[in-house]
Amino acid sequence: MNKGLTLRDVVITKGGAPLLRVSHEVAAGEVLSIMGPSGVGKSTLLAFITGTLAPDFSATGSVWLDGVDITHAPAHQRRVGILFQDDLLFPHLSVGANLAFGLRAGGTKSDRQAKIDAALTEVGLEGFAGRDPATLSGGQKARVALMRMLLSEPCGLLLDEPFSRLDTALRAQVRALVFARAKARGLPVLMVTHDAEDAEAAGGDIVTLTPSP
Amino acid sequence: MKSRRLLPVLPLLTLLAMLGPVIAGLYGTVLPAFGHLPAAGLTGPTLSPFFDLFDWAGLPRAIMLSVGVGVGATAIALTIVALLTAGWSGTPAFRFLERLLSPLLSVPHAAAAFGLAFLITPSGWISRALSPAMTGWDRPPDLLIVQDPWGLTMMTGLVIKEVPFLLLITLAALGQADTRRSAAVAQALGYGRLTGWLKTVFPRVYAQIRLPVYVVLAYSMSVVDVAVILGPNTPASLSVHIVKLMSDPDIAMRLQGAAAALVQLGLVIGALVFWRIGEGVVARLGQRWIMGGGRGKIDPIMCILALTAGGICAFAVLAGIVVLGVWSFAGFWSFPDFLPEQFILRNWMRHGSGTLAALGETALIAGCVTLMALVLTIGCLEAEYRYGLSISARGMWMLYLPLLIPQTAFLPGLQTLMLNIGADVGRFPVMLAHLVFVLPYVFLSLADPFRAWDVRMGTIANALGARPDRVLWRVRLPMLLRPILTAAAVGLSVSVGQYLATLLIGGGRVATLTTEAVALASGGDRRAIGVYGIMQTGAALIPFTLALVVPAIVWRNRKGLRHE
Repeated sequence: MNKGLTLRDVVITKGGAPLLRVSHEVAAGEVLSIMGPSGVGKSTLLAFITGTLAPDFSATGSVWLDGVDITHAPAHQRRVGILFQDDLLFPHLSVGANLAFGLRAGGTKSDRQAKIDAALTEVGLEGFAGRDPATLSGGQKARVALMRMLLSEPCGLLLDEPFSRLDTALRAQVRALVFARAKARGLPVLMVTHDAEDAEAAGGDIVTLTPSP
Repeated sequence: MKSRRLLPVLPLLTLLAMLGPVIAGLYGTVLPAFGHLPAAGLTGPTLSPFFDLFDWAGLPRAIMLSVGVGVGATAIALTIVALLTAGWSGTPAFRFLERLLSPLLSVPHAAAAFGLAFLITPSGWISRALSPAMTGWDRPPDLLIVQDPWGLTMMTGLVIKEVPFLLLITLAALGQADTRRSAAVAQALGYGRLTGWLKTVFPRVYAQIRLPVYVVLAYSMSVVDVAVILGPNTPASLSVHIVKLMSDPDIAMRLQGAAAALVQLGLVIGALVFWRIGEGVVARLGQRWIMGGGRGKIDPIMCILALTAGGICAFAVLAGIVVLGVWSFAGFWSFPDFLPEQFILRNWMRHGSGTLAALGETALIAGCVTLMALVLTIGCLEAEYRYGLSISARGMWMLYLPLLIPQTAFLPGLQTLMLNIGADVGRFPVMLAHLVFVLPYVFLSLADPFRAWDVRMGTIANALGARPDRVLWRVRLPMLLRPILTAAAVGLSVSVGQYLATLLIGGGRVATLTTEAVALASGGDRRAIGVYGIMQTGAALIPFTLALVVPAIVWRNRKGLRHE
């Protein structure tokens, strides 16, 4: 079995014009950074991988995750986790309920509660389960969003400019946390960024997309 | 996967629910208008229903009233709204007026019309307030104010109700165009606030509010309940005449009614074309005005006039509701007295059981119709999100079509058609008829917030393993609780205010607060009208209050959902 995330001859076009072309393998625990100026289609590539490509784009090629072709799988069955630059915590749910939404179904009630508490403890937020997400600081929100995603037990991780909203001090801290958690779980990570520092910190391959002529 | 099969069908079902009755109704109008009514043993085509109609001496006058009141009310309401927004948008006075006017939008037309009548009749509240001290009257003067032959009172009644509607539509349009900077640039160039706004912002805003303005025009030309309450009797406006003909047991009269309905349709189409040409003329004149470079010397006067007119509209509706309330509790109340000698509960006791039954009927119909409209609307919008089945510019026209075709043109035909095929008139057909009017408003109210929802929330939820249905029920709908409740309140108030659809399709057997209230118009029992008017207003206003209060309570601990 071939662990990791593979993009095989992926070509995305918009209205017939080619937008980007990627073919790359990301091994388990590795990080691939995709860089390039805005408008080059970085986020479009992520939408293709999550299965939420807008109808005005079309794509060829395939996406494989842990040896399974997920190119045409429904978005909710792909087991690809994603983090955006905004935390996107569900504003109507408490911190604990946000995590419960992510946690895979099954297990007894106390079992699930224990997992949620453990996840909060893992990122230094014990006792935060009952809080309104809107009352958290930027760094706290980012940590909850990370744990919500990890609780869904994804097989791969996508990062869409995930640290660009955080200030410099917080940024290095959250970045280190995300990469450490991903590595600990052996997840292949695909990060889209325009910040060279992020790509450097990731320590993996770097692909630079250029605007197609 | 039931929803996977059901969801893509909902947009079609929605179009059918909105346009089906309109098309069927027009079909049911055209045939009898040309003398073809097989159920009554008549086969056409013949023009005799039209000849009968043209023989009616009151026709020219009725047509004049319909056109004059419709075009007049629309032009005046639009002018007030344009000048008010031009002169005052962004100021505290404007925000105050806006807050005052938005709840008034839900007040049913009939209640506002009764309220206006109770204010301005010779024995009304204004005359009482000024008498005898300023007027010297110790009995009501013999003046014909309400139901004046020129329809001026009727036009006023329409203006005070359409100003809040157009104002809110304009405010929504303002949010979409980059208007504040244009106005600031114009002011920096030395233009007065009002002139600068009219010259730079208004053309863009008008392009966006054009369809709602057409709706106001079509509605004002064919309105029945306001015409019955405030309009002249001899002759009445064309739409009132149509209703009179359609409720006549004589078949020949019904044929004539169908012919009149077609004339009404032609008039509205003609008026819309006329208005469209008028837009071009105004644009041409406006361009010349812009080229002239005038900075707006009379701006201060126009600003004051606009604010006064807007204030009068708000006052007329608000004070109208208050005077309805006073009458509903009034004991003996002789003329120049400002207030009754005593306040009593007897009026409410006397009409209690009747109003409760009518309230039940109103609530049942409005509740079911609003629920149907919400399911269809959310289904359409969700199908658009999941499958990209989006409603194009043509679709927008379809949303407005049921509101542009005059009610008096297709509802009589729908009634005839239903009688022909032996369908029973009653509650369920009334609900379907209400749905025609409720659906567009619910859709227009919910579409923007629904589409503005951050779809990345959906991507995240999908990535966490949630099926599309779970995303809809657990994430999207809860986050949109406030706009959904607001749309529901809009739907309820539209249904509560329906008069003609209830009267005709219900065959006179479905008694809602609105039909009961309008039926009281000819009797002149002010205490009964007060009771029914207040109930009607309450039925429309309470849902709006709930739409504000419920999300505030449900999300009291969720800061992220509080300010919207």
